[in-house]
Amino acid sequence: MARTSRKANRRHPLATVVLIAIGLAFTGGGYALFSSTATADSNVAASQATVEEGSKLFAANCATCHGMNLEGSAAGPNLLGVGAASVDFQVGTGRMPLAMQGPQAMQKPPQFTEEQTAALAAYVASLSPGPAVPTDSQIADTGDATNGGELFRINCAMCHNVAGAGGALTEGKFAPELTGVDSKYVYEAMLSGPQNMPVFNDHNITPEDKRDIITYLKYLQNNPSPGGFELGNLGPVAEGLFIWIFGIGAVVALTVWLTAKSN
Amino acid sequence: MAHDETSGTDVAATSSGAGGVSNTSGRAVEPSAAVSSASGGLAVMTTDGLSDPGIPPHRKRITDLDPKKAKGAQRAVYTLFYLSIAGSIFAIAAYMAFPINSDDPGSVRLNTVFLGLGITLALMGIGIGAVHWAKTLMHDEEGVDIRHPVRSSDETRARAVEIFHEGNVESGFGRRSLIRNSLIGALVAFPLPAVILFRGLGPEGESPSELLSHTMWKAGDRLTLDPSGLPVKASDVTIGSAFHIIPEGLNDAPDRLEQKAKAAVLLMRVNPSDLNVSAGREDWNYDGIVAYSKICTHVGCPVALFEQQTHHLLCPCHQSTFDVNNECEVIFGPAKRPLPQLPITVDGEGYLVARSDFLEPVGPSFWERS
Amino acid sequence: MTIEKSKVDGLVPGTTDHLVDGAPPKISNAPSARFTSAAANYIDERTSISAVVKEFGRKIFPDHWSFMLGEVALYSFVVIILTGTFLTFFFQASMAPTVYDGSFVPLKGVEMSSAMSSTLNISFEIRGGLLVRQIHHWAALLFIASIGLHMLRIYFTGAFRKPRELNWVIGFVLFILALGEGFTGYSLPDDLLSGNGLRIIDGMVKGFPFVGTWISYLLFGGEFPGEQIVGRLYTLHILLLPAIIVALIALHLVFVVVHKHTQYAGPGKTNDNVIGYPVLPVYAAKAGGFFFIVFGIIALIASFFTINPIWNYGPYDPSPVSAGTQPDWYIGFADGALRLMPPGLEFVLWDHTYSFNILIPVGVLGLFILTVLIYPFIEGWVTGDKREHHILDRPRNAPTRTAIGAAGVTFYAALWSAASSDILATHFQLSIESVIHAIQALVILGPIIAYFVAKRVCLALQKKDREMALHGFESGRIVRLPGGEYIEVHQDVDEYERWKLVSFHEYKPLMVRPNARGKITAPQRLRAGMSKWFFEDRIAPVTRADLEHQKQLH
Repeated sequence: MARTSRKANRRHPLATVVLIAIGLAFTGGGYALFSSTATADSNVAASQATVEEGSKLFAANCATCHGMNLEGSAAGPNLLGVGAASVDFQVGTGRMPLAMQGPQAMQKPPQFTEEQTAALAAYVASLSPGPAVPTDSQIADTGDATNGGELFRINCAMCHNVAGAGGALTEGKFAPELTGVDSKYVYEAMLSGPQNMPVFNDHNITPEDKRDIITYLKYLQNNPSPGGFELGNLGPVAEGLFIWIFGIGAVVALTVWLTAKSN
Repeated sequence: MAHDETSGTDVAATSSGAGGVSNTSGRAVEPSAAVSSASGGLAVMTTDGLSDPGIPPHRKRITDLDPKKAKGAQRAVYTLFYLSIAGSIFAIAAYMAFPINSDDPGSVRLNTVFLGLGITLALMGIGIGAVHWAKTLMHDEEGVDIRHPVRSSDETRARAVEIFHEGNVESGFGRRSLIRNSLIGALVAFPLPAVILFRGLGPEGESPSELLSHTMWKAGDRLTLDPSGLPVKASDVTIGSAFHIIPEGLNDAPDRLEQKAKAAVLLMRVNPSDLNVSAGREDWNYDGIVAYSKICTHVGCPVALFEQQTHHLLCPCHQSTFDVNNECEVIFGPAKRPLPQLPITVDGEGYLVARSDFLEPVGPSFWERS
Repeated sequence: MTIEKSKVDGLVPGTTDHLVDGAPPKISNAPSARFTSAAANYIDERTSISAVVKEFGRKIFPDHWSFMLGEVALYSFVVIILTGTFLTFFFQASMAPTVYDGSFVPLKGVEMSSAMSSTLNISFEIRGGLLVRQIHHWAALLFIASIGLHMLRIYFTGAFRKPRELNWVIGFVLFILALGEGFTGYSLPDDLLSGNGLRIIDGMVKGFPFVGTWISYLLFGGEFPGEQIVGRLYTLHILLLPAIIVALIALHLVFVVVHKHTQYAGPGKTNDNVIGYPVLPVYAAKAGGFFFIVFGIIALIASFFTINPIWNYGPYDPSPVSAGTQPDWYIGFADGALRLMPPGLEFVLWDHTYSFNILIPVGVLGLFILTVLIYPFIEGWVTGDKREHHILDRPRNAPTRTAIGAAGVTFYAALWSAASSDILATHFQLSIESVIHAIQALVILGPIIAYFVAKRVCLALQKKDREMALHGFESGRIVRLPGGEYIEVHQDVDEYERWKLVSFHEYKPLMVRPNARGKITAPQRLRAGMSKWFFEDRIAPVTRADLEHQKQLH
């Protein structure tokens, strides 16, 4: 099976993950796969001082592409009306400042501290008001997971996959995985439509609906699959690879043992 | 070659000479003669091939030679069988010890894992034990069976022909051609009613191509949100937005899913200057708000992956890509036709409404579509 | 398949003559033995079972790991039947809408079909239900994978040659039926993933000329999705398809018994014998134990790995879809073929739509399947070899066949990988368009490259075998000759080893000759061309003369 081995090599990282995962299960660690995502309070009051600090940071780090007055340039879009939410998302997840031009901005370790990010957001919002950073109660996972699930499947799953595993878009772009993403950023992304993601404003998905979607995502994250390891939630592709590599692999190994002459 | 053509005698004799198969001699001759009488076609016949050295000498296993090892193997086998019993008991215990608690989804996982582990142990214990037994302790000298040609013997074949002939003569099947042909006709005709019965699989009085040509959209229907059914105001749709839309009243329709499968719409707002509108469609959008069928024109998956900067719409099933700027024409992938556009406008209260139904059938192409 | 139980008339079990010849073995007089013999007598007087035991009990079965692959398929199928039966006790094959009220919180209160709701209940309310569901689905994946591997073994060793051509056809039909079983089963829960799968089937069927629209209409009992399809697929899945599969498996095994199992070339193994272990006791223990092992592997996988988490997908609704929507792996090649079609292959002519973006993949795959189905007859016609073949070819000794197989595998694999083009794109940070274009090229060029590489590798291996048979292998011992020359001593292979290297068939291309009326017919010409293609490059097996000649040289 040329394909299997080819795939096997290609999928080696997954194989390792699976092996580690088996080990975890046997040690009982499999049930402790909660990722604690402490939601930091980022609603720093937009005092004049922070706006000024933000202005300096913006001039030094952002203005080359986005222009001194948020008017944008050939290298970056204008930021008029994007609001604090968008800045907090882009800078807080490390997507901005851009490391290099590519199909889309990649997530990476943020370059600014939370205070600096808040200052930038306050500065941008002060020039041209837009959606604000959500409050803690807006992103609490106390909503209705059922409603959230239904809305997620209709509005989000076609790009991000029903389990939030992410998916491909055109020309090298992709919808990122949602597992482990801070609820605040999920909210801000819906509100601001970063990069090629459409905007889901409050008339389309109300703040309560957004909270429900976050509640659903949290539910998926906090309740590992009842069936066991999820194989990356990639659906039948991962299942098919698994049966060819591990299922057929184990079976063939045992047939060899079974028919080999004993010592 | 050698062992096929000169076959039989030679080879059987050689193989009986060597190795542990002493009792094959003399018996292999007649069947192989029959096997090799058939033509070898393009096979190259050599008379000069090497000869088969026969079965190699038997090698004894460690368990045949060392009684201690045999004892060890025996211990391993019964231990595995006992382990299997333990596995079965464990599975039963796990069934009781890990009940499913409806408040706790983790309980399903525990139940699955521990029940499964017990069953695995029970099965593997038997399986590996039995195989280990066979490999280490059972008699392991190889045996030999003689093959016979699959072809029946000439007498049998002759008798079979004779039987058919007798049957033919006694029934007159070949002679009474009117009887035979009418019977064949009857046999051909009798399954036809069964075929026609399958017409009942679909309801009567409808034309499938006619059904495919319409959706429940009609002039003045409000565009409402999927799934809530709340109407959408034009002013709510900001640039870069994507709204998943169903027609007003769909949730109350008796055939909700069938209607939704044709009427689902994606509503997007782009900068009006980005849109290339063709003649006749000038009033189909409302200030950059456009509505397109969500059902792919390839094989019908929902196309809803809207990229707000590039204005591409991607189908996640077969990657057909549509360009919203150019009335959803196909720019990549197997689909041919653009997604049908739903003409929209606003009503007196500012809500978005359909101007009419789609002007062409939505979804996959079909034969009757022109 | 694998279990060797032939009809025997002169059974000659080499190792067991003490049982066959002479007096029957001594039977002890212990009470348990008396009971056994009484029970055996009771049964035999009513069933003549002794004849069966006499026929089959000592059947010889050759031992090789690759002979067990069909057994894996058979055993997976048994596991599927066992677990499937359990599932039918709980599953409701109805699309009647109901409101889910089970324990999975994110779906509580959602309207869905009874099929979906009962599948969720199997998963979340019934102890062991999820385990059985996962065993069933994993076993299905293993079932089809092992059939595939079994078929490859049959193909590459030439086990499909006379007299087994018809059994190849039966086996291949079983493979297609297994795909049908898989697809119908995948569609039963009526979740979002399988619903979109059905939608694709619906779209494909509609693309067929003349009948497509009507077939779709009748299949779904009206407009898609309707309320009929799950019930109909259920009947196919649990009644019609399994019945046909069981019947064909029985026939498949009957043929194995009639033909007796093939064996690999080796010392003592001829076209007229079978060398191996008897069914009782060795093979019964091994094959019987192997059932439990296969079942155990599936159970282990099912205990730890989620398969088809329908609770994530939610109930079918025509509006949503998930990124990464795919069929199960075995339908992947068909889905991949759909994805690879370039744009624009759909035309309207005379008021009718011709959907070549659907018809071309269907046609190409149909042709591919047909070629695989009739391959034994094609090869048989080219070689004109009417002899029975019970000794398997080593793949290298049939270079053209092996190369064709490698090309076929590459073609299939390329289509299959196209079905996960989006996953490939995201995981390797490529653009989906370039992945598709690369695979489009791979589907065309891959088989050609694979063909030539495989053929050259086979010929090279044959040359190596010939060298080895003539000159022996390199011993690694370097000797300095009196003249100062260094040579590496070659050590002759022993005669058993040599026999493995030299015992194979050789064919030569057909020489076209005019027939009685002085004509060369077109089929003759075709056959000559095909045989040239097959056998032009060949390495002759070592003969006695070669060996003598070699000896004289030294």
